[in-house]
Amino acid sequence: MQEKYDYIVIGGGVVGAMIARWLSRYEGRLLLIEKEADIGMGCSSANTAIVHAGYDPLPGSLKALMNVRANPMWDQLAGELNFPFERRGDYVVAVGEEELPLVEKLMQQGIRNGVPGMTMIDGPEMRSRERDINPETSGALWATTGGICDPFQVTVAAAENAVNNGATVLLNTEFQDFIWEGNRVIGVKTNRGEFFARWVINSAGIYSDNVMHKAGVRPEFFIKARKGEYFIFDRAEVQIHNVLFPVPSSRGKGILVTGTLHENTIVGPNANVIDDKEDTSLTKEGMDELIDGAKKLIPNLNLRASIANFVGLRPMGNGPAWTPGLNYNNDYVIEIPSNVQGFVNLGGIESPGLTSAPAIAEMVVDLLKDAGENLVAKKDWDPIRLARPRYAHMTHQERRLLCDVDPSYGRVICRCENVTEGEIIAEVHAPIPAQTYDAIKRRTWLGTGRCQAGFDMTRVVAILARELGVSPFEITKRGKGSEYLYRKTKDTEVTDVN
Amino acid sequence: MSIKKQYDVVVIGSGPGGLAAAIEAKKGGADDVLVVERDVELGGILLQCIHNGFGLQTFKEDLPGPEYAQRYINEAKTLGITFLLDTMVMDVTSQRKLYLSSRDFGYLEVDARAIVLAMGCRERTRAQVRIPGYRPNGVFNAGTAQRWVNVEGFMPGKRFVILGSGDIGMIMARRLTFEGAHVERVLEVQSYLSGLSRNYVQCLEDWDISLQLQHTVKKIIGKDRVEAIESVAVDDKWNFIPGTEEIIPCDTLLLSVGLIPENELSKKAGVILDPVTGGPFVDEHFQTNVPGIFAAGNVVHVYDLVDYVSMAGAGAGKSAAEFAIAEKERAARYIPLVPGKNVRYIVPHKLDKKALEQGDISLQMRVTRPIEEDVWLEVRGDENSIVKRSERYVRPGEMVTIVLKPRMAAELEKTGKLTVDIYPKSEA
Ligand SMILES: Cc1cc2nc3c(=O)[nH]c(=O)nc-3n(C[C@H](O)[C@H](O)[C@H](O)COP(=O)(O)OP(=O)(O)OC[C@H]3O[C@@H](n4cnc5c(N)ncnc54)[C@H](O)[C@@H]3O)c2cc1C
Ligand SMILES: Cc1cc2nc3c(=O)[nH]c(=O)nc-3n(C[C@H](O)[C@H](O)[C@H](O)COP(=O)(O)OP(=O)(O)OC[C@H]3O[C@@H](n4cnc5c(N)ncnc54)[C@H](O)[C@@H]3O)c2cc1C
Repeated sequence: MQEKYDYIVIGGGVVGAMIARWLSRYEGRLLLIEKEADIGMGCSSANTAIVHAGYDPLPGSLKALMNVRANPMWDQLAGELNFPFERRGDYVVAVGEEELPLVEKLMQQGIRNGVPGMTMIDGPEMRSRERDINPETSGALWATTGGICDPFQVTVAAAENAVNNGATVLLNTEFQDFIWEGNRVIGVKTNRGEFFARWVINSAGIYSDNVMHKAGVRPEFFIKARKGEYFIFDRAEVQIHNVLFPVPSSRGKGILVTGTLHENTIVGPNANVIDDKEDTSLTKEGMDELIDGAKKLIPNLNLRASIANFVGLRPMGNGPAWTPGLNYNNDYVIEIPSNVQGFVNLGGIESPGLTSAPAIAEMVVDLLKDAGENLVAKKDWDPIRLARPRYAHMTHQERRLLCDVDPSYGRVICRCENVTEGEIIAEVHAPIPAQTYDAIKRRTWLGTGRCQAGFDMTRVVAILARELGVSPFEITKRGKGSEYLYRKTKDTEVTDVN
Repeated sequence: MSIKKQYDVVVIGSGPGGLAAAIEAKKGGADDVLVVERDVELGGILLQCIHNGFGLQTFKEDLPGPEYAQRYINEAKTLGITFLLDTMVMDVTSQRKLYLSSRDFGYLEVDARAIVLAMGCRERTRAQVRIPGYRPNGVFNAGTAQRWVNVEGFMPGKRFVILGSGDIGMIMARRLTFEGAHVERVLEVQSYLSGLSRNYVQCLEDWDISLQLQHTVKKIIGKDRVEAIESVAVDDKWNFIPGTEEIIPCDTLLLSVGLIPENELSKKAGVILDPVTGGPFVDEHFQTNVPGIFAAGNVVHVYDLVDYVSMAGAGAGKSAAEFAIAEKERAARYIPLVPGKNVRYIVPHKLDKKALEQGDISLQMRVTRPIEEDVWLEVRGDENSIVKRSERYVRPGEMVTIVLKPRMAAELEKTGKLTVDIYPKSEA
C-alpha cells in the first residue's frame, strides 16, 4: 500500500483528534492512524473529565498557558461538535484550618495564570452547597470557569468532524518507523503498509517518547506512566453533583469526589509511578488509597454502591520548562524540532491535556504556519458535527416520535442505561465505525450501569455480528485477543483440555 | 394486537412470579390483564435454568426450569391474558402510569388500576466484590454465562474458575463440565457453602470439581482476555494470608457472588425499599407503600425455591385484582359534569352519585360570554332535565352557582353524565 497525504497524525487520542479537526479546516489530505481498534482508548477515555479552570499548573509553564488559553474555547467547541459539556465550576476544599492557606495560595497562582472568576468561600457556605462534605471543612476555592465533559465523546466528535471534512482515520494501524529523505520525514511505516506525507505529527500519548526517538529528537526525553485508579458509583445510590478537589500535594491534584455528566459519582485518581506503560491493572492498595481519599471529603460516602472501576495512565514526561530559567521539568513539549524536517513533535501531554487539547491543536496550526506552510482555508469546511440520538436523555414525547421514525430505537438493549438497538446500529455505521463492544460502550454508555453488561452482553454481541456481517466468534471486547466466544455447545469434535 | 390505554392489572416481568400473578389476577376477576416482558420469550430466569429441581412442592415432580414455566404459560394463554414481549417498562409513576418501549409497538403509555412488580433480580458484579487486577474479557457473571450456554448455544471459554459457591455458580460448574470445558476450581471466601447442599453434592462432588472454602481471587491476570487468576486463602476476617497465593491458569472467571432484587423501577414509582432485603416493604397482601402497587418474587427478596415464588406471585395477583375491582367500582360511581351551552367550566368536575345522600351540592361555574336578558340555567341528565332556574342576566365576571338537592338523587342514579346549559329564555 502506498498512499500520499499532506499530514499524518500519529495517535487518535483527544489531542490527535483535535489536531485532525483543526487541520481539516485547510486544504490538504489528512490521515490519522491509531494502533488500537478504536480511537480514544488511551488516557483520553480514562481520566477525570474536567475542563480545568487553570489555577493548578505552574505559572510560566506551557501547561498553564495551554490550559488558560483553552478553557474559554470549550463553549463554542461543545456547541459546534455537540458533545456533552457543562460549566459546573469546581471547588478545592480545605479540611481543617491548616489547609486554608494552601487553598488561598492556589487562588493566587490562578490569578497569576490569568484565571478569571475565582472566589474563596467559607466553611458554612461550602457546607450549604454540598451537604455531605466533611464537617471540618474550613473553606474552599470556588472556580466558576471549571467544567466537565464526556472526554470520549469529545474525542469521537472531533475525529468525526475531521472525517466529515475529508480526513481519513485508520484504526488498528500502528506506527513503526519513519521514512526519510535526508533529514526530512516523508512518511511512516506501519503494520498496514507505508503512508507518505509532507508532515507527520506525533500525538502518540504515552508512547510519544518512542516516536520522537525514532525521529532522532530529544533522546533525553522519557515518559513514565503514572497510574490513576477510580471508583464509579451507582447514580441511584450516590448523588454528588459538585466537582470537589482536595488540597493538592506534591503528588498531584489529589483524589477527587466528583459528579460526571452521566450523573455517576466518581472517586479518584490516585497517582503512582509504574514501570510498565501497559499496566492498567487495579490494585488493592490503590483501592484502599481511594477510599481514604474519598472519606476525607465525603466521610459518609456509601462505598458499597460502587459499580465499576477504571484506570488511566498519565504520560508524565521530563520536558524542560517552556519559560527558560523556571525550575520545572514536567512541561509539555509542543514543537517543530530544528534538526528534523516535516515533523511536529508533542510529548508529555498529561493533565490538563484534555482541557488543553483545542489550544494545542491551534498551536500546532500556528507552528506549521510559522514553518512556512501555506494553509489555505477550505471554502466548504463544516464546523458542525451532529450528535446522534440518546434515548436515555429523551422525554416521553421525543421517544415516541423517534420510535415512529425508526422502530429499532424502541428496543432497549441495556437495561440500566436504557441504550437501544437503534443507537448501537447508528454507532456501527458512524463516520468512524464502532466495531468492538467497548467502542459501543464508550459511545453509548451501554453496559456501564449497575449490572455491568450482565443483561446486554449476549445481545450486543449478536447485534454486532449481524451489523458487521461476521460470525459471533469474531466479536471482541476491544480488539484482537479479546474475543467473547470460543465454540458452539454440543460441538463434540473438540476437546478443550488435553 | 391492539393495546389498550388502560388495564385492570399490569404485571411487569413474566418469570414464575409474574406468571402466577397474572393468572390469579385474571381468575380473581380482573378483566384486562397485561404482562410486559423485556425478553423475547415468557418464563423469566427459568428459561436458562435447564437443570431439574423445580416444582417438587407445587407439582410433586422434579422438572427442568423451562418445563415448570411452561405449565404456567399454558394456563395463562387459555385465560385470555395479553402479553407484550421484547418490551421494556421504562418508567412507572405512583399514579400507576407505565411507559413501555418496544420495537414492535413503539413507545407507549398505559394506565393500570393495579400493578404487580415481578422484575426478579440481577447478579452482583465484580465491582461489588472489589477484585484487583486487569479488566479483560472473560470475567462474566455466572448467569450471563448460563444464558450464553443454555439459550444462545455458545461456549464463552475453555478453562474456568468460579468465584462464589452460590447455586448458579455450582450449577454452571456441572453444566460446563458436561459441555467439555474444564472447571479448575470453585473458590468461596466464607467458611461455608452459600448455595444449597444438594447442589454441592450433585454439581461439584459428583464431578470431582474442587471447592476451596476461605479462598478468594487476589488478582486477575491478562489484559485482553483472562490468562490466569491468582487465588489466595483468607482468615476469618477475609484478610489475605501471605504465602498461600497460587496462580491458576484459566481463560474465564465466573462470578457467582449473590443476587440483588431489581428495583430501579420501583423506586421511580415511589416504592420504599427495605435496606436488608433490597426489596420493597410489603404487607400481607404484597402491597407496597404505594397504594395499588404490589410486588412478588425475587424483586421482594431472593428466593431459594421457585415454588415459593409462584405462591407469592399468586397472592400478589389476587390482591391486585381485588384492588383493581374496587378501584373500578369507585370510578364507576362518579359521573362527569360537562360544560354545555355558554358554560366555560364547572367545579367540581365530577360527582359521586351517592354524594347527595349527605346533603346539598353546589355547582360553581363561569359563562363564556355575557347575556344581558333573562336566562335559563339548566342541569340535564342523559334523558331528563334535573334542575332549571332563571337569572336576569349572566356575565363572565360573575360566578354562577346551581345547587343540587337530595331529592334529585334518584335522577342522578339514572344518568351517566350531567350537562349544564345557560341560554336566553328567548331561545328556549
Ligand atoms: C488519571 C488521569 C486523570 C486525568 N484527568 C484529567 C482532567 O480531569 N482534565 C484534563 O484536562 N486532563 C486530564 N488528564 C489528562 C488527559 O487525559 C490527557 O492529557 C489527554 O487525554 C492526552 O491525550 P492524548 O491524545 O495526548 O493521549 P492518548 O489519549 O493516550 O492518545 C494517544 C493515542 O496514540 C495511540 N498510539 C500510541 N502509539 C501509537 C503508535 N505507535 N501508532 C499509532 N497509534 C499510537 C494510542 O493508542 C492512543 O490512542 C488525566 C489523565 C489521567 C491519566
Ligand atoms: C441460576 C438459577 C438457578 C435456580 N435454580 C433453582 C432450582 O434448581 N430450583 C428452584 O426451585 N429454584 C431455583 N432458582 C430460583 C427461581 O428460579 C427464581 O427464584 C425464580 O425464577 C424467580 O422468579 P421471579 O419471577 O421473581 O423472577 P425472574 O424469573 O427473574 O423473572 C423476572 C422477569 O422480569 C423481567 N423484567 C425485569 N425488568 C423488566 C422491565 N423493566 N420490563 C419488562 N420486563 C422486565 C425479566 O426479563 C424477567 O423475565 C434458581 C434461580 C436461578 C437464577
